[in-house]
Amino acid sequence: MRASPGTCGRGNAARIGRCVAAALLVAALAGCAAPQPWVKPYEREHFADPIMSENRDPVSSIYFEHVLESREGARGASGSVGGGCGCN
Amino acid sequence: MRKYIIAAAAALAVALPAMAGTGAPAPQFSLGSREGKDVSLAQYHGQVVMINFWASWCGPCRTEMPLLESIYKRYNKLGFTLLGVNVEPDSKAAIDWLKDTPVSFPILFDKDSKVSKLYEVAGMPSTVIIDRTGKVRVLHRGYKPGDENEYMDSIRTLIRE
Amino acid sequence: MQLSALAQSWRALRAARLSPFTRTLLALGICTAPVIGGVLPEDRADVMWHYYNGGDITVEGPSVLIRKKVGDNLSFTVNYYEDMISSASIDVKLSASPYHEKRTQWSGGLDYLHGKTMYSAGAITSKEPDYKANTIYFSLSQDMFGDLTTLSLGYRRGWDQIYRDIKDAEGNIINDPTFHQRADHRGYTLGLSQILTRNTIINFNYELLTDQGYLANPYRKIRYLSPGQGEGFTLADQVYPNTRTSNAASISLKHYLPWRAAITGQYRFFRDTWGIVANTFEVDYSQGWHNWIFDGSLRYYRQSAADFYSDLFPRADYQNFMARDRELAAFQTYTVGVGAAYQFPHFSWAPWVTRSSLNFHVEHFLAKYSDFRNALLAPEYGAGSEPLYQLNANVFTGFISIWY
Repeated sequence: MRASPGTCGRGNAARIGRCVAAALLVAALAGCAAPQPWVKPYEREHFADPIMSENRDPVSSIYFEHVLESREGARGASGSVGGGCGCN
Repeated sequence: MRKYIIAAAAALAVALPAMAGTGAPAPQFSLGSREGKDVSLAQYHGQVVMINFWASWCGPCRTEMPLLESIYKRYNKLGFTLLGVNVEPDSKAAIDWLKDTPVSFPILFDKDSKVSKLYEVAGMPSTVIIDRTGKVRVLHRGYKPGDENEYMDSIRTLIRE
Repeated sequence: MQLSALAQSWRALRAARLSPFTRTLLALGICTAPVIGGVLPEDRADVMWHYYNGGDITVEGPSVLIRKKVGDNLSFTVNYYEDMISSASIDVKLSASPYHEKRTQWSGGLDYLHGKTMYSAGAITSKEPDYKANTIYFSLSQDMFGDLTTLSLGYRRGWDQIYRDIKDAEGNIINDPTFHQRADHRGYTLGLSQILTRNTIINFNYELLTDQGYLANPYRKIRYLSPGQGEGFTLADQVYPNTRTSNAASISLKHYLPWRAAITGQYRFFRDTWGIVANTFEVDYSQGWHNWIFDGSLRYYRQSAADFYSDLFPRADYQNFMARDRELAAFQTYTVGVGAAYQFPHFSWAPWVTRSSLNFHVEHFLAKYSDFRNALLAPEYGAGSEPLYQLNANVFTGFISIWY
C-alpha cells in the first residue's frame, strides 16, 4: 500500500490496526471457553428416544438407499451423524 | 479505548465460567422425594454424601444404578449416604423403571432442573461426592465400567477423615 | 417379439445394473456406523429379507448384520448381503434374454472411540459372475461444543473389475475372455450435525465422488435412427466418458413432536460432470404408540439427463460419447413408504437379550421418464414416437432385530 500524504491515509491504517488487535485479543480470550451448550445433557431425553434416532435400522435404511441409487443418477450426501442422548 | 476495555472484560467474563469446582462448598438444595416429603442436603451434614444425577432414558445411568445400590448398602452404616437425583421433568418413566430395578437409597426429583443447574451438570450421568464438612471433593462425569471402584476408593478416604 | 438386433451369443442384460460405483456405495452407509454423539453403536443383530419387484425384474435376498463391542472403546460390525436377481426388464428384452444371477457382498468395519473422537474403518467386497468390487473406507467423527455439534470426515477408495458374460459353445455362461475392464473410485464426505433445541437437530452433508475407468454397462446399447432397417432403428455400443466427478450436498431437519412423534424434512442437490442435475425432497414422519413405532415417508426426485444421453440418436457415430442408460435420462420419481415396528417385552427365557423387535417396511415408487421411450413398441408407433416409459415398483423389507 502506497503511503499517501496527509493524515487520512495514516489515520485509517492505524485505526484498522487497532481494530484488528482488539479483535484478536477478544478472540483469544473468548477462545479460552467454547460456547456453553444451550441444550444441557439433562435436557436431551428426546434424542435418546429411538424415534429421534438418525439411523434407527441400518440394515433397512442402507437397503432402501441402495434401491434408489441403482435407479437414479444422483448419489451421495444421504448420511448423517450426531444427536443421541450424549451419555458418557 | 474504553470500548476495547469493555470488550476485553466481556471476553474474560465468558472465558472464566463460575464453577463449583472441587474444594468449594457444595450448593445447598431441597427436593421432593419418592416418599413424598422434601429432602435437603443440609440434613446430611457430617456424613459423606454422594449425589448421582441420572435419568431413565440414559443407558449408562441405568447400568450404574445396581452398582450404586451395592455401594450404598456397603457404606451406609459408616457415615455415608447416596442421593439419586432424577433430572426428568416427568417422573413417570423413572418411577416405572425403579419398579423393575428397585434401589433403597433416597431418590429425589429435580423436575425443573434447578439442582442440575446449581451443580452445572455437564454430562449424563454425573456424580458428585461431598465430604463431612460439606465441601465438594469429587466431580465425575459419565459412567464406564470400573468407575464404581474409583467411587469406593474416594468414599473410603473421605469416611476416614 | 423378436428383434433382428438380437445378438447371436447370449448376453445378460442388467436392467438392475448398478453403475460401477453403486455396488460398493450401497454398503458404505452400513459401515460408516451411525455415531451417536460420542457413544459406540449398540450391540445388535439383524436378520432381514428384502424384496424388490418392478419393471419385470425381481431382486430379493437376505441381509444379516452383527455388531459387537469389545471392551469400552471398540466395536465391530459384520454384514452379509445377497441379491438374487431375476430379470426380464425392458433393457433385457431389447437386446438379450431373461437371466438369473446372484450377487453376494461381505463387509466388515470397526469403530474406535477415544474421548470425543470416533475413528472408523472398514472394507466391503462384492462379487457377482461379471463384476467384482472392493472398497475400503476411513472416517473420523468429532463431538464439540458440549456434544451439541458433531463434525465428521470420511474417505473411501474403491476398485472394480468388470467382465462380460457370454454363452460358450455348450450354452454355459462364462466370462468373455476378450473383455476385462477396471474402474476406480474415490469419495470424500463432510458432515455436520447440530442440536438446535431440546427437540430439534439439523444435519448438513457434502459428498464428492470421482470415478475413473470403465464406467459404462457392457450389455446396454444405444439406438440410432435407421429408416427402412429393422424397426426403424439400429442398436450400437455405448461410449461413455472414462471419468466422472460429482458433488452432492444435503440438509435435513428433524423435530420431536410432544405426542411421541418425529418429523424429518430433507433436501439434496446433486450435480456432476456428465451434466446431470438432480433435486431430492423427502418428508418422513414417525409415530410411537405403546410398543409400536409407525413410519411414513414421501419422496420426490427429479433429474435432468446426462449431456451424452439420448433415447434415439439421429445417426451412427453422432457424437463422441453416447448412452441410452435410463439411469442417465431425464425423469421424476415419486415414492411413498410405510413401516411398522413392534418391540417385544423382555424375554425371561433369554435374559441376555435386552430388547428385540419385528419390523416391516413397504415402499412404492413410480418413475416417469421424460426422454426414455419404450423401444419394444417401435413397430407399432415408429422409432422415436413410442410412448415414454414409466416404471412402477414395490420394495419390501421384513426383519428381526435383537439387542444384547
